[in-house]
Amino acid sequence: MSIQSMENPVTHIPNMTVGHVGESAVGKKEKVSVRGLNFFYGTNRALKNINVPLYEGMVTAFIGPSGCGKSTLLRILNRIYDLYPNQRAAGEVLLDGKNILAPGVDINLLRARVGMVFQKPTPFPMTIYENIAFGIRLYESLSKSELDGRVESSLRRAALWEEVKDKLNTSGLGLSGGQQQRLCIARTVAVKPEVILLDEPCSALDPISTAKIEELIDELKSDYTIAIVTHNMQQAARVSNFTAFMYLGELIEFDGTDKIFTTPSDRRTQDYITGRFG
Amino acid sequence: MCMSQTMSAANGLYARRRRRNGVVLTLSFAATAVGLGILVLILGTLVVESFRGLSMKVFTEMTPPPGADGGLLNPIMGSLIMTVLGVIMGTPIGILAGTYMAEYGRFNKITHVIRFINDILLSAPSIIIGLFIYELVVAPMGHFSGFAGALALAVLVIPVVVRTTEDMMNLVPKELREASSALGMPRASMIAHISYRAARAGMITGVLLAIARISGETAPLLFTALNNQFFSWNLNAPMASLPAVIFQFALSPYADWQRLAWVGAMIITFAVLALSILARALSGSRK
Repeated sequence: MSIQSMENPVTHIPNMTVGHVGESAVGKKEKVSVRGLNFFYGTNRALKNINVPLYEGMVTAFIGPSGCGKSTLLRILNRIYDLYPNQRAAGEVLLDGKNILAPGVDINLLRARVGMVFQKPTPFPMTIYENIAFGIRLYESLSKSELDGRVESSLRRAALWEEVKDKLNTSGLGLSGGQQQRLCIARTVAVKPEVILLDEPCSALDPISTAKIEELIDELKSDYTIAIVTHNMQQAARVSNFTAFMYLGELIEFDGTDKIFTTPSDRRTQDYITGRFG
Repeated sequence: MCMSQTMSAANGLYARRRRRNGVVLTLSFAATAVGLGILVLILGTLVVESFRGLSMKVFTEMTPPPGADGGLLNPIMGSLIMTVLGVIMGTPIGILAGTYMAEYGRFNKITHVIRFINDILLSAPSIIIGLFIYELVVAPMGHFSGFAGALALAVLVIPVVVRTTEDMMNLVPKELREASSALGMPRASMIAHISYRAARAGMITGVLLAIARISGETAPLLFTALNNQFFSWNLNAPMASLPAVIFQFALSPYADWQRLAWVGAMIITFAVLALSILARALSGSRK
């Protein structure tokens, strides 16, 4: 990554309206840099020349109408799309300066560094304790007490410990939707990733659970770089430092969240956030 | 006037629809009654006929020569040995093949080919499997054997297990696969710990159904294990089995042999029934 792009993170973005980046961007390290990224479902081009940074220790929200490519973009950052043979990405995604799309990258190690929480809560068919311990055991061999400690701290991080501490050995499937989603966040946090991708994590949850998860995101951002896809613009405004607006597979505008929601540079962004379409 | 005309026309339509409904309903009931009636007749005859021959001797004594007293110990044991062996040989192959189709090869063309061939194997007449093993094992070895019988049964187990394993693993939500991959879980570990765990009940059901399927097979055993008058653990020698003994005894002119054939038939029927109930209970408890 060039020093120039670090000082002025948006100038290298060619096909996007370059707004005045909020002050918070200056001097921030780009944890992830997406450069000239295209994505294909078969022959269908779903992303068109995307350039966007994820700043370290910041929350970046991706907003835009359905089908604009937000989730697709997120699914490239940990290469989860690789599970499907007819999906293909071209371009560069730099994680700490290394291109994760390059051949020879160990996908499992990458995914241990870039965790992901999905739209639908997906607890594994095992106990609450095992749901969390399982991921830890993949990359670390801890003693029983160390493992217990890590499970507890992960559940505390996800604000779930108080609710489940007495039933760690019951099935994770018995929890409510909101608890299940927090279990999934705890599971992701437990393997100590550097980046966390949240793909509409609240869309299947009630308002109270949503509020809890938003609080959680706020706490987690001190330790992790977070990217969140959301359909809820209030949510984007509440939880994120930076916001990217996407439309029809293109990144229309990227800027500080305050700037995007008060004085966006592009008409389409303006129309979207004021509810004129989408 | 006009209104009453449309009303009566509507009533006529309605009455005709009611009559048609009555006819279809009656036909459906009749068809169900015939089907169930036949089943009850079969089970009833089986129970009544086998009741006379049922005694502890059935489980403790060997098959007798005509006119003598005896039981079914050797064919019961032979059937158990060959079924267990067949399942032990066939199940891992079936599960691994099904796993390949549902996980690694889910998007490959070859999977469609395998599925098509497996479906043919699934409905292939079992006598052909018997002949195949005869050519492959019995003829080169020069004699019938329990091992050949177990092998023929294993070939029958494979397609059933492949099918149910693939179907059940395909039901595992893709979100679960994505979530486990997103933790950095290698594929093999995901399959072993997530997919198998989520699909377990269905896969066990598949194995039970396979056991039910092979425990009544006669044709493949006649060409492979043949039969044996005596008890034998030797897998390298002909081995008795319930279906083969039923076949032999039921065709014989001796009344006591025929009675034992009825008892054997009842044992198989109720064993299969128990397996089916178990399979149903397992697949029910999944929901």
